[in-house]
Amino acid sequence: MSDPIYLLSDAVKVYSRREVLHIEELEVQRGELFCIVGPSGAGKSTLLRLLNFLEPPTSGEITFDGRLVNGAIPLEIRRRVTMVFQRPILLHATTHQNVVYGLKIRGEKDGDDRAGRAIEQVGLGEFAQVPARTLSGGEAQRVALARAMVLEPEVLLLDEPTANLDPYNIGLIERIITHLNRERGVTIVLVTHNVFQARRLAHRVALLLEGRVVEIADVEPFFNQPRDPRTAAFVRGEMIY
Amino acid sequence: MEEIIKGLIQALHLIITLDPNVLEIAFLSLRVTGTALLFSALVGIPLGSWLGLKRFIGRRLIIAVLYTGMGFPPVVVGLLVFLMLSHSGPFGPLGWLFTPKAMVLAQVIISFPLVSGFTMASVMSVDPDLRRQLLSLGATDWQATLTILMEARVGVVVSLIAGFGSIISEVGAVMLVGGNIEGVTRVLTTAIVLETRKGNFALAMALGVILLALSFAANLAILHLQGELEG
Repeated sequence: MSDPIYLLSDAVKVYSRREVLHIEELEVQRGELFCIVGPSGAGKSTLLRLLNFLEPPTSGEITFDGRLVNGAIPLEIRRRVTMVFQRPILLHATTHQNVVYGLKIRGEKDGDDRAGRAIEQVGLGEFAQVPARTLSGGEAQRVALARAMVLEPEVLLLDEPTANLDPYNIGLIERIITHLNRERGVTIVLVTHNVFQARRLAHRVALLLEGRVVEIADVEPFFNQPRDPRTAAFVRGEMIY
Repeated sequence: MEEIIKGLIQALHLIITLDPNVLEIAFLSLRVTGTALLFSALVGIPLGSWLGLKRFIGRRLIIAVLYTGMGFPPVVVGLLVFLMLSHSGPFGPLGWLFTPKAMVLAQVIISFPLVSGFTMASVMSVDPDLRRQLLSLGATDWQATLTILMEARVGVVVSLIAGFGSIISEVGAVMLVGGNIEGVTRVLTTAIVLETRKGNFALAMALGVILLALSFAANLAILHLQGELEG
């Protein structure tokens, strides 16, 4: 049964008079792992920013959990969604202080314990008191993931979280993502240019090209019987622009 | 060279014996400069943060005025404050001229553009995507701003060092608006000028050494704070 947590209708984003995103219709179902694939510049990150309420659409509508959220977004709605960026931006602080940040600003009393557990979950227990900016790229991305998952969001947005990482860190992060979605029921929207990753993780996949959705389908038909020739070309690894 | 050595010896003597006159002058210097720095920080840090974080029409004009203020000759500031506070000036009735209040006012005008300008630069050097990241983690606008300011804290400390340096050693403005009145507005720099004019080079030298020592100690303390902040 359809239970959309997001519903986008004619959502358009324009920067400097250039339309970079035009989503005629898009649903993200509660509890699914939804992958958005596409080449660089397709509008994937812009779409995530809209879903994270960091920017409003220039026109059109975004509905979150049945509520239209085009104007000023109440804090309690914003705090149900969080995002891990492609480039982890960590504070000049220890790993623990970075992970506990979101809980502290919410005034959570058991923040330190929860942050400690999240750090253990991403395999960084021994680095808890280390300045986070001294960590490697993969470790830093795991800190960013721990910082987001400790908030126990309903929706986790991931913007190419494994780009430029080594296979060990990619595997580790993918296991955490799968665990969050399958075991904890977190709705995840994952942006990736890695079709293999989308195939490994997703329930449904969308191909975004030049700001528009080319095709949305369940993972198997998306990769095995794509309807659109551009999708077929993309999943074969051909260059499409 | 002889005067310098004599000055150093006399400085040591004055410091060791805790000469009351020198102590009074040194404390007044610190009080005036400390108060001015406090007000500069109260005005300059929020202004610098605002300019560093926000984009609005007229921002460049404000920054241009601020940069001009950073290079404003202190003696001209002193002249302007003097005219404003003189009996015929608009703020004459306050009766601040030739009081420490006038000196503080002049020093605030001299130092706050530096505090503000350096704060702005340090806030602007923080990764512009950090704000988005913080908002995404559920921070309110105010929480995100405070966090960005904390990230820029080393630069903010540098702004205070620059502000302090610009006024502790300043002489023209405080001489004009303070008048170098013994026991009232005489600070280290104006006392040095006076003693040099009187030919008391050794005493002037001694006061100079104390001024340097105070400045060095204050900067050391601020740098220590900076080190603590850097972790």
